[in-house]
Amino acid sequence: MLGLGGDRLWADMNRLLAFLFHQGVLDEQFLQLQQLQDHSSPNFVSDVLSIYFHESERLLSNLRSLLMDREFWDYKKMGIHLNQLMGSSSSIGAKRLRNVCLAFRASVDHNNRPGCLRALEMLEHEYCYLKNKLHEYIQIEQQRALAAGVRYPAQNN
Amino acid sequence: MEGCDHLSPVDTEDVHVLAVDDSLVDRKVIERLLRISACKGVCALSFQGQNGHFSFLCFFFFNFWIFAVTAVDSGMRALQFLGLDEEKSDAFDGLKVDLIITDYCMPGMTGYELLKKIKESSALREIPVVIMSSENVLPRIYRCLEEGAEDFIVKPVKLSDVKRLRDYMTTREVKAGISEERGGENTRMNKRKLRDTTSDLASSPPSVSSSLLSSSSSPSDSPSPSSSPSSSPSLLDSPIRRLRMTNTATTTD
Repeated sequence: MLGLGGDRLWADMNRLLAFLFHQGVLDEQFLQLQQLQDHSSPNFVSDVLSIYFHESERLLSNLRSLLMDREFWDYKKMGIHLNQLMGSSSSIGAKRLRNVCLAFRASVDHNNRPGCLRALEMLEHEYCYLKNKLHEYIQIEQQRALAAGVRYPAQNN
Repeated sequence: MEGCDHLSPVDTEDVHVLAVDDSLVDRKVIERLLRISACKGVCALSFQGQNGHFSFLCFFFFNFWIFAVTAVDSGMRALQFLGLDEEKSDAFDGLKVDLIITDYCMPGMTGYELLKKIKESSALREIPVVIMSSENVLPRIYRCLEEGAEDFIVKPVKLSDVKRLRDYMTTREVKAGISEERGGENTRMNKRKLRDTTSDLASSPPSVSSSLLSSSSSPSDSPSPSSSPSSSPSLLDSPIRRLRMTNTATTTD
């Protein structure tokens, strides 16, 4: 029964990834992250994702503060935060989020205030969606680890 | 030292890479890429005779590239680590750096500025420097190469990019061999063993039951569209190298 559970979880994980790939939410860089995980670093993907969530939320909060300023908009700072968010998003394979950042940056480059406000909303929405999906992925991963652990108790040192 | 991540004590035998990036996500990924691209392991195989009378243990050492990685979050900290900053802060004298890989866009000092400072220093200019950037801007790439960068990697960095970095180590070895009479290079480099031919051995581990005694990271061969073949990339695989070769006149002195 547990063996079947493990297989089902594996199928769930692949189905989720295929869906996210199909939607353009993730790209092959995410697979690269998976490849970097092994028995010597079994939590690599979830560790990197936690760091990513933390960094992204800080950057998004900074962007929101910059845009909430009624008088002066520091476009330069916005650009810096966006570049950082774009960079880390591309490093984990978050393709769609990165593209939303690109659009946002275009508005920043043109000093387009309404464009920036719209872009921020889109960005926050996209981030929420990505985070939920990645949490789903992490949960399946954890369940798989548990299932494997129960299945092979003798091999757990 | 704050802003500096050390994963393991650095042995002088290790190839020591200094990674510079303001993003923690990217530092984690590059650290892992470097470690996994250098498979280190002792494989113990145990054979038992028919009667169980004899058994022997074989130890195979496969692959020899052991990357010790130091990751810092800014150009300033990189210079501090290398001992190049004005305050002459405590440089880790025993920890020679064999390769520097740096992000281009960083607040404060850019990767380009860091590159310049390194190449201006007589003590450090021989260290190969690789630039990473999320933007594929040709003038930027040319500028970095002209300033003496070995290569320019467009982010996101992949395993195939990192495997290519090993080529720069070998090039340095060759240079060291040639310039040995000048007595300028450290002898530690001669102790470094072969790379790619033996790394291919590592990518297909023996099928008998084996246990890896030390923490090893063999390149995984999970099927995926992006997985690069485990065979070593040729020197000319890098588009930058091809570019440099066609432009000839590479003057790094």
